[in-house]
Amino acid sequence: MKTLEELMAIRENAKKKMTVREDTGDDNIRIVVGMATCGIAAGARPVLNAFVDEIAKRDLKGVTVSQTGCIGMCQYEPIVEVLEPGKEKVTYVKMTAEKAVKVVNDHIVNGNPIVDFTVGAATK
Amino acid sequence: MYRSHVLVCGGTGCTSSNSLAIIEALESEIAKKGLQDEVKVVRTGCFGLCALGPIMIVYPEGSFYSQVKVDDVPEIVEEHLLKGRLVKRLLYDETVTMDDVKSLQETDFYKKQHRVALRNCGVIDPENIDEYIAFDGYMALAKCLKEYTPEQVVQIVKDSGLRGRGGGGFPTGLKWSFTAANQADQKYVVCNADEGDPGAFMDRSVLEGDPHCIVEAMAICGYATGATEGYVYVRAEYPIAVKRLQKAIEQAREYGLLGKNIFDSGFDFDLHVRLGAGAFVCGEETALMTSIEGNRGEPRPRPPYPAVKGLFAKPTTENNVETFANIPQIILKGADWFASMGTEKSKGTKVFALGGKIKNTGLVEIPMGTTLREIIEEIGGGIPNGKKFKAAQTGGPSGGCIPASLMDTPIDYDNLTAIGCMMGSGGLIVMDEDNCMVDIAKFFLNFTVDESCGKCTPCRVGTKRLLEMLDKITAGKATMEDLDKLEDLCNYIKANSLCGLGQTAPNPVLATLKFFREEYVAHIQDKKCPAGVCKALMTYSIEADKCRGCTACARKCPAGAIEGKVKEVHTIHTDKCIKCGVCMETCKFGAIVKK
Repeated sequence: MKTLEELMAIRENAKKKMTVREDTGDDNIRIVVGMATCGIAAGARPVLNAFVDEIAKRDLKGVTVSQTGCIGMCQYEPIVEVLEPGKEKVTYVKMTAEKAVKVVNDHIVNGNPIVDFTVGAATK
Repeated sequence: MYRSHVLVCGGTGCTSSNSLAIIEALESEIAKKGLQDEVKVVRTGCFGLCALGPIMIVYPEGSFYSQVKVDDVPEIVEEHLLKGRLVKRLLYDETVTMDDVKSLQETDFYKKQHRVALRNCGVIDPENIDEYIAFDGYMALAKCLKEYTPEQVVQIVKDSGLRGRGGGGFPTGLKWSFTAANQADQKYVVCNADEGDPGAFMDRSVLEGDPHCIVEAMAICGYATGATEGYVYVRAEYPIAVKRLQKAIEQAREYGLLGKNIFDSGFDFDLHVRLGAGAFVCGEETALMTSIEGNRGEPRPRPPYPAVKGLFAKPTTENNVETFANIPQIILKGADWFASMGTEKSKGTKVFALGGKIKNTGLVEIPMGTTLREIIEEIGGGIPNGKKFKAAQTGGPSGGCIPASLMDTPIDYDNLTAIGCMMGSGGLIVMDEDNCMVDIAKFFLNFTVDESCGKCTPCRVGTKRLLEMLDKITAGKATMEDLDKLEDLCNYIKANSLCGLGQTAPNPVLATLKFFREEYVAHIQDKKCPAGVCKALMTYSIEADKCRGCTACARKCPAGAIEGKVKEVHTIHTDKCIKCGVCMETCKFGAIVKK
């Protein structure tokens, strides 16, 4: 090791791999994927992984991805809920990996929930 | 990218309760579910709450599972890792409230703690240098080499007020300045990891959980004092610590954080590990250095102090593991930050190994000045089985005890010294009303008699004679005159021994005499052991009105000392009784009493 820059580079790289272990404070955005039997059968795993990968790719801070059990609307699985502190919960239904990437871009990064993907649009 | 990290404690405590098998089961179960690219299993160092081991934490939720068994692993993987449902029955009960799961930091055990030396223990993978670097590892070394002169580093350590955590409490910065001031062709840094006090495991946990911080701190010390080589003297009884330390040194060498011309600064530093064979005296600094040199571990007279003539007769700085563990943080966060914690003359935090009669056995780090009451009642969770707190033993065989009446004393170096106690390295053994203080003193004396190296007579012969006197007291054969002789001999040994071992060996006797003299007197004059521990001074008997004549005790008695017919009151023949206590445990009616 010759320079401080080398050490910093290793640090940044290693840090990215460990964000999942950061203290999940109350002001975090939480993305919750329904991973009960119904969710998994409908393809929730690729959706979950797409969220994790996209967030890592964009190096977003303060966003956690976790799973939950059956929400109760099995016909709409895979279901994803986005919980932002101080805002109303947004529930996305019939998710796919491609939709997940779009949710990260439009909703998480730019703050515009995608109404077309929500449970409200699906039940109309 | 992993979406979840599962941290499993790989410290000595959890390893002995089978955490390695849990890791294996986790990995195979995760693979079975096809989650190996989503979930990462990390083996960490000690979390501190050893009483509840094996411990597992699952991130991002931060769920704290305690006393996990191999059989529980499939359920955790299926429910939590796959389906996201917490396995509530395995969560640490204090984190589970009616409708919510609390974070670990909010529990009584962790809430009052402040982790500086233990900051990475249970947080990072100790065998992965990148994880240490992610938490600002080696940044302190870089900062020293790039921004500070050696004199400035010494000054920062001086200003921080850090004092030696091995027991003596000598100001660390001052120690460094002594070595720095001496000119020599070779100087050394030595880390004392020969943790020998019964019940103490602070240093082991730091080495197991965060070995790189010791490597970094020793390099910083080398730079500040002008040393280019360092030795870590660690007990061979700490195999996990030794392995991780060696691995850390190899990784640091690979990254060029040890070796020649570190950070292109012209500073060279390298480390060696030496294993101790488990002699208590080798924790004494001069004996330790004699042992590293390849000789029999015996102390040598000081002066000359190690700063002048230490290892291989060269100027040497020797610090304890916990002392070193504080250094990188002091450099990064500044002397003022460190000095803002603690009391006027004792800055920072101290790690204690809580043991004995306490609910939360484990490792705690608290700011100096925290009272014993807070440690025992709040962090430690109190005394089990509704017993009353009697005293806490600190400092192991060199220390004394703090009685219940002084429970509100803020713990720091000077307060403990003032009450005839000693900070020691950090073993804190809690005793309740069932502990006999004479017996405790005898226990520690037994230890020092075994561990005295024999070089000087006051220690070799004196401690043996002390032990004989204590034996006489617990056997009920002593007179009040013996008590005076005991005290005189204690003071003589203290004044005349060559090294710290002998000078402090009488402390457990003196401290118990000071606070619990009436217990000694009860043994001598009344021939009674108030706590009911010393066998020679107690008898078992059966209370006639409670005995139902069920014969259970008579059948269990290994000495055939109990006589009686069915449905008639039984009696114990004291001449045959070996005082094992089996009858008392057997009796369902509470008819057997110990006096």
